[in-house]
Amino acid sequence: MSGVRIANVGKAFPKEDGTVTQALEGVNLEIGDTEFICLVGPSGCGKTTLLRIIAGLETATTGSVTVDDRAVTGPDPKRGMVFQEYSLFPWRRVIDNVAFGLEMKGVPREERWRTADHYLDMVGLSQFRDAYPFELSGGMRQRVAIARALANDPDVLLMDEPFGALDAQTRNRMQKELLFLWEQTKKTIVFVTHSVDEAVYLSDRIIVLSPRPGSVQEIIVIPWSRPRDRTSAEFAEVRRKVLRMIDESENAQ
Amino acid sequence: MNLQTQKRLLGVAALAAVAIIWQIIAEYVVGRSFILPSVTDVASAFASLLGSGTLLADTMVSLEHFGIGMLAALLLGVPIGILMGWFRVADFLLDPIIEILRPIPPLAWIPFAIIWFGLTTQAAGFVIFAGAFFPILTATYSGFRDVPRVFVEAGKVLGCDSSFELIRYVALPAAVPAIASGIRIAMGVGWMCLVAAEMFGVSSYGLGYQLWHNYYLHQMPNVVVYMLILGLTGLIIDRIFRNYVDKQLLRWRAGEVA
Repeated sequence: MSGVRIANVGKAFPKEDGTVTQALEGVNLEIGDTEFICLVGPSGCGKTTLLRIIAGLETATTGSVTVDDRAVTGPDPKRGMVFQEYSLFPWRRVIDNVAFGLEMKGVPREERWRTADHYLDMVGLSQFRDAYPFELSGGMRQRVAIARALANDPDVLLMDEPFGALDAQTRNRMQKELLFLWEQTKKTIVFVTHSVDEAVYLSDRIIVLSPRPGSVQEIIVIPWSRPRDRTSAEFAEVRRKVLRMIDESENAQ
Repeated sequence: MNLQTQKRLLGVAALAAVAIIWQIIAEYVVGRSFILPSVTDVASAFASLLGSGTLLADTMVSLEHFGIGMLAALLLGVPIGILMGWFRVADFLLDPIIEILRPIPPLAWIPFAIIWFGLTTQAAGFVIFAGAFFPILTATYSGFRDVPRVFVEAGKVLGCDSSFELIRYVALPAAVPAIASGIRIAMGVGWMCLVAAEMFGVSSYGLGYQLWHNYYLHQMPNVVVYMLILGLTGLIIDRIFRNYVDKQLLRWRAGEVA
């Protein structure tokens, strides 16, 4: 079981003038094992902050996050993260980027390379194992970043707008590949995006957050099998519904 | 003819032209070797110095002074730069001290170098250290301050669970380009300090000492020989370092860095 339980999580950032910005307030959410959920919401609603709290990179001001009934107190390789910015270590070859987490665990080189090769193969970049990140395109870099997170065999994969910087075509292809990886590895995925289209295409449930201070406004279950047809009427209908929800809450501000 | 050979040929031609013009001015316009030694004066001075065998010995002594100073600057500058760049308390604590010491010109340390170390290689090394330490320190410091946050966070979520691991596996490699260019600057400063230190009597050997000694002897062609050797050796050290950095340390970077 790799469920994530978010209970009454709030986050306040201190400002320079002494007051605070309340980014999140009273967020309650349960994420099931092997579930794929997307966090969407108007910009500034704290979806990235929520993801970073789950990762342990930020500490919640109130409430708690537990993964497998263990409280999150700090970053841990059991919760893999893929960042929006390119985060590969440019001084390491692709293979040693993927093997980084295993190296930190003290796994011997041969063994960690075997594991890294496996995940590199899974994202289809075996032929780039000895390349440096600067030799890769944006989409390839994010695929390596995903392989790097998976190589640690995390319970949960946290993704912060990982395809945000990619062009539309690459983005669609990456979404397809991510679903393939998800089906193969059976990870729980929490995916932050500002693209509703992406959320409808990918997730089991879409979590719509309200504007700041962010809290769960609406949960939309998407029961369809995959791969999904973006051009279908029902797809467009759900997308329209979510977009309107975000729009209205933003205008109500 | 490709661009590379064209560049080389033109470079050689320019140097030859300078030598010819120099020779003509020295011989026919100035006419006194004491004011401006000619190319041939310098060449024969070089030949006789080479014959006496002191050239190589003095070069080695200077390199030893330089090596001591640079090594000490590296051994202290990099770790202190890391501490100040990574730990805020260390930054707050050490910054005022550094800021007061840094503007002191390295050559102002020469009296104390002599008093503390006597006329030894360490004394000369100390002056070079005084010049090379701060560029290395500040480059390491800013290299560490500029490590992208996402690298540090990636390191954390991938299992670096101590400052030591984050420094060793993330921040230090990320800061290597900055540190390398700091070292290059430090070597330039250190090389200048070397000549001054030896000239001011910190040492009775070395290229800088010989340059000054020959000035007292009014052997101006010899002075030019030492000037040229100092320039050339500095150039070679810089080239070797840059080559090493680009080929070995920074293969992961596209293009020239240091």
